[in-house]
Amino acid sequence: MTTTIAAGAVGDPTTTVSVFAGFVLLTLFVVYRVSNRNTTASDYYVAGGNLTGAQNGIALAGDWLSAASFLGVAGAIAVHGYDGFLYSVGFLVAWLIELMLIAELVRNTGRFTMGDVIGYRMRQRPVRAAAANTTLVISFFYMVAQMASAGGLVALLLDVQSKFGQAMVVVAVGLIMIFYVLVGGMKGTTWVQIIKATLLLICVSLMAVFLIGRFSYDLSGLLEQAAANSPLGQALLEPGAQYGQTSLSRIDFISLAMAIVLGISCLPHIMMRFYTVPSAREARRSVVWITWTMIVFYLATMLLGFGATALVGSDAITNAPGGENSAALLLAHRIGGSWLLGVVAAIAFATILAVVAGLTLTASASFAHDVYANIIKRGKADTGSEIRVARLTALVVGVLSTVGGIAAIGQNAAFMVSLALALAASANLPTMLYSLFWRRFNTTGTLWSMYTGLVSCIVLIAFSPAVSGRPSAMFPSADFDLFPLTNPGIVSIPLGFLAGFLGTLLGKKDQDPVKQAEMEVRSLTGIGSGLKEPQRA
Amino acid sequence: MPRTSENRSRDRLDGQYAEPRFGNISKHSLRRPANSGGTDFAAIQESDDFVAVRRRFRWFVFPVTLLVLAWYFTYVALGAYAEDFMSRQVYGYVNMGIVLGLLQFVTTAIVTVLYGRYVRRRIDPLVDQLREQEGADR
Repeated sequence: MTTTIAAGAVGDPTTTVSVFAGFVLLTLFVVYRVSNRNTTASDYYVAGGNLTGAQNGIALAGDWLSAASFLGVAGAIAVHGYDGFLYSVGFLVAWLIELMLIAELVRNTGRFTMGDVIGYRMRQRPVRAAAANTTLVISFFYMVAQMASAGGLVALLLDVQSKFGQAMVVVAVGLIMIFYVLVGGMKGTTWVQIIKATLLLICVSLMAVFLIGRFSYDLSGLLEQAAANSPLGQALLEPGAQYGQTSLSRIDFISLAMAIVLGISCLPHIMMRFYTVPSAREARRSVVWITWTMIVFYLATMLLGFGATALVGSDAITNAPGGENSAALLLAHRIGGSWLLGVVAAIAFATILAVVAGLTLTASASFAHDVYANIIKRGKADTGSEIRVARLTALVVGVLSTVGGIAAIGQNAAFMVSLALALAASANLPTMLYSLFWRRFNTTGTLWSMYTGLVSCIVLIAFSPAVSGRPSAMFPSADFDLFPLTNPGIVSIPLGFLAGFLGTLLGKKDQDPVKQAEMEVRSLTGIGSGLKEPQRA
Repeated sequence: MPRTSENRSRDRLDGQYAEPRFGNISKHSLRRPANSGGTDFAAIQESDDFVAVRRRFRWFVFPVTLLVLAWYFTYVALGAYAEDFMSRQVYGYVNMGIVLGLLQFVTTAIVTVLYGRYVRRRIDPLVDQLREQEGADR
């Protein structure tokens, strides 16, 4: 085992692969064991709604902590320092919005999908179609980002440099993930997420404690060493290293922060997790659990990021295969050799598996429940055929995202996730808030808001410097970057709110006061939802 | 943490459990949640207890959300426009930016705890009372 970072595989591939294979076998076994009955729609989509708040909270952490937020955030902190820290803060604060405005109300109002909530008092078919559209677009973006980072991760660990080899890895990830979803349904997926989140948390906490211990529990000493090992020097600890200090880059920075803090609460796969608990209070407990989890996780990630710079050095990280994303792995290798590297890599891989499984399940539920059952069959489908459609959709979505992942190998995962967040904040958030809190909101407002948010966001991304016109863009040779910001949030989020407001004022007055009363009472109290609140002693 | 096994009916049909009964849905997932036992939602919406629940909920949630967002965006804007201030060293190499960032963690924890306490004290009892009246837990 060498301690020098050669331009090749990091650590010992045999150890890495065996740890990873062990993990996959364990999860496959668990999925197989818990999936003894996925006979009803409720079992398949939401694990029968019988998880406890604590279980769901940990599974939420498993669902949310994607490769981008583990490897990406640690890497961003290691290389850009303070500017990477912004991600951590935003990712954490966003859960307060979820806690206060979304979780309990969504649990009381809907059953399987976001379409249940926003379609509650509107005209069913167009609204559900819109909900399915936004869900599928957001989930697809998100999934492609995850799949692509799987390819990059393997390049680093096994020294697979050929495009073909990386594509094969993405295909393997796709296949395992499809198995989880088809066989395990929500129950299997949930257990994969719980196992993964637990391992990830233990792992980053121990590494962080070890790190700060090496600097005799002195944060300042750790930062000093990090600044000394970075070409940025002191600037590593100050704002502006990544985003620069022109007036445009500052607005871009704010736009990104906005997408992060407003987007998470309306990600379809996060919202769907709240249907897996039996009551609104358990949904509340879930968010409290995940908030504590996130506080520990992102504090640890901050230490790991700066620690990687302090012990490994910025240059070694940027020059490693995998670039920024390799910071956490190189640090693990430095601390605990091949064995710990294998563990961290296996967990990072498991992370990708668990997240894409959750996304696939959400996309398939949205199509089967909103489109097939409610739009095509007009609510007259039987459960058997709905689950069949859901499984078929999961297969199709899995294959599509695998193909997309292969096409996107080499793209920056954290960046693609930030676009998915901008989409969620522009297309879903305004509609969710209006339909929960605004009595006059109507169908026209719903449709305007969702489609304006979605379309403006996609169009602005297409014409942004992220897609063309820069050496780092998707199409560096093309040149149609008419919109100057890489993240469209600051424009498209207000547009979504404005369109919902105007649509409501100008559209047909089709509000049903009876339905409105029902939704309002139900969202705050759960009366009429059939959910049972545990009796408090 | 009581597991809600009581909402899974005990009778087995051809060796399978019947579906958990959510919102009176026993056959399939598609029927709109039926108006369970002819609940008059408009009347509940007008009732004093419900108006109090809604008022207490909004009175806490709206201002606190705005405060949280204002505090977060202040932090972001300081990072974007006040580098000098954020670079000021507070303790050794720990500068203002890192201190404020860690403060965001602290405030998040505080708001989470406060919200939980507020809802448990001021809203849950009223909701329980309303549910009791409507027989929602039977």
